[in-house]
Amino acid sequence: MIGLVLRRLGQGVPTLLAVVAVSFFLMRLAPGGPFDLERPLSPAAMENLRKVYGLDRPLIVQFGSYLASLIRGDLGPSFSFRDMTVAGLIGRGLPVSATLGVLALAVSCCLGIGLGCAAALRRGGWIDRAIGLSAALTLSLPSFVVAPLLQIAFGLTLRWLPLSGWEDGDPRHLVLPVATLALPQVGALARLTRASLGEVLRTQPIRTMRAFGLPPGRVVRHALRGALLPVVAYLGPLAAALLTGSVVVETIFGLPGIGRYFVEGALNRDYTLVMGVVLLVAALVIVLNLAADLACAWLDPRLRTDA
Amino acid sequence: MSGQGGPGRQFLGRLVRERGAITALVVLTLLAAACLVGPALTGHAPDRFYPDLRQLPAGLTPQPDAAHLTPALNRIAFRMRARVVAADRVGDNLRLVLAADQPIDRRSLVYLPRSDLFGPAVVAANEDDGRRLTLEVAVKRLRFLLGTDIHGRDLLTRSLVAGRISLAVGLTATAVALLIGVTYGAVAGFAGGAVDAAMMRVVDALYALPFVFFVIKLLVFFRASLVLMLLAIAAVEWLDMARIVRAQTLSLRERDFVRAARALGLPAAGIIRRHVVPNTLGPVAVAATLLVPRVILLESFLSFLGLGVQEPETSWGVLIAEGARAIEAAPHMLAAPATFLIATLVCLNLLGDGLTDALDPRAG
Repeated sequence: MIGLVLRRLGQGVPTLLAVVAVSFFLMRLAPGGPFDLERPLSPAAMENLRKVYGLDRPLIVQFGSYLASLIRGDLGPSFSFRDMTVAGLIGRGLPVSATLGVLALAVSCCLGIGLGCAAALRRGGWIDRAIGLSAALTLSLPSFVVAPLLQIAFGLTLRWLPLSGWEDGDPRHLVLPVATLALPQVGALARLTRASLGEVLRTQPIRTMRAFGLPPGRVVRHALRGALLPVVAYLGPLAAALLTGSVVVETIFGLPGIGRYFVEGALNRDYTLVMGVVLLVAALVIVLNLAADLACAWLDPRLRTDA
Repeated sequence: MSGQGGPGRQFLGRLVRERGAITALVVLTLLAAACLVGPALTGHAPDRFYPDLRQLPAGLTPQPDAAHLTPALNRIAFRMRARVVAADRVGDNLRLVLAADQPIDRRSLVYLPRSDLFGPAVVAANEDDGRRLTLEVAVKRLRFLLGTDIHGRDLLTRSLVAGRISLAVGLTATAVALLIGVTYGAVAGFAGGAVDAAMMRVVDALYALPFVFFVIKLLVFFRASLVLMLLAIAAVEWLDMARIVRAQTLSLRERDFVRAARALGLPAAGIIRRHVVPNTLGPVAVAATLLVPRVILLESFLSFLGLGVQEPETSWGVLIAEGARAIEAAPHMLAAPATFLIATLVCLNLLGDGLTDALDPRAG
């Protein structure tokens, strides 16, 4: 088990390296620079700035020194946020995005898996059809439509909840963003659970259990263990996506999360900030995919041998 | 596989039984047809501004109605250096009485037809040496079924024109992703062994990339453009397709007809084209159907952020972004494009589900 974890983490290193290299050279090949202001700087000032940040050196040397500082765990200074390091900015934004992500993940797991089970157990019934249809609908509702609608309904018309802002994680400010993030995932998870549980319930062992007269609750518990495999595999990338923040949700609700920093960084040609966020997301994707695989191996002993 | 007809007939039979999928297909066809020919039938050009008719709500009433007539008239009269003394509607015509301190310049009457709301003006009476004119003016009857946007453009026409772009992006990017994914997957699966392992490691590595962030970065750093967006989306979305096709190819490779083709000395490229790819089309068709809504969603998401389709082109994402900005004053501006987008996505998803069920011999 530990060997598997180490090997998978080892495989992640070249991936991360590729991410760094591709990001680095793509950004530098693009026109424009971090010091392009509306009023152009004098050539001398520009030269000095470039020298301070080391942008005057050959590209390959810059790449080397970036990698070197990366190994020391230093993500570098931000170009656009004065006197802030990239690590400091991520330290500010990540708690916001992660709070939203964890809550959205919890909500969508509880509701999605629960509804999916209900649909699979009453296959063909009205509850199944209702869940199927609303799952197809929520999957097709883009967050950038849902968010303004929620704002109108609960913020402007009913005046129950604030429209936007963070306010140090005040729960009232979290409700609408979390709902927006969770809604499509509830649909996705419900569909996935329904399909896979439905399949498992038709297999021989489950039929045998039923034939032996096991109480339905016990049967479902056994079936669920197998049925959760694809769900867990889906949860890995989903968790990574939710934890690292949704650009749209953070923009619409004005939340100071990772996604906002990323977009602002990209617009300002803040090379180091963009790199830092991309690296963070890539690392999280790798780790959470590994976690999902480990969870799958725990659920299904057959997966333990060949992984 | 008993029953009448071949597998193809059975598939069609099952598909017809999926009522949701058939409904979705019909709605989609209607939507696509509306987007194609609709803009020519609405009576408004998509980029035609009606400065006097901004943010009209959706409705059937012909415009300009009384509420919009007076301010428009006042503004035209001001430009003619005159005052509106009386304006009475007589059927489709307007009897307009203008007065001014100086004789009114007849040439300035062209302001009326130029405003898009009125026809040419005919002088019916002339009093006070031309200081008081009575005019017969035809009033246009314009209809904006879904209202107008902040610049007074017809939202129905714009939504339909936007639909062309959104659907075209969805189909094109899916086609490109299909091309890359099917080729890559078929080659990897057919080659097998070390080549397959190496090719699939690349796919695994690409799966770990934070793609949304990559696409955003690409579009921000290299100026958003339609072609770049198409490429970026296609580069993101071919991975699933490659995996599906590879899995299919691995099993096809060992079938007798492929072995026979090989024994006959057909080149590998020929076998892949003639025997492998056609046999993977079922699952690929399903995946492609489900990919189109994802691509459209991604496109509107990027356009919503201002990174996708750029003015003067428009797409549902662009219109939704405009609507979201004006949501307090004019909620209909969000409702119109959002309804089109959501209807399309729901139909495509239902169609994909129906295809999945119809292709699955265990179901039904």
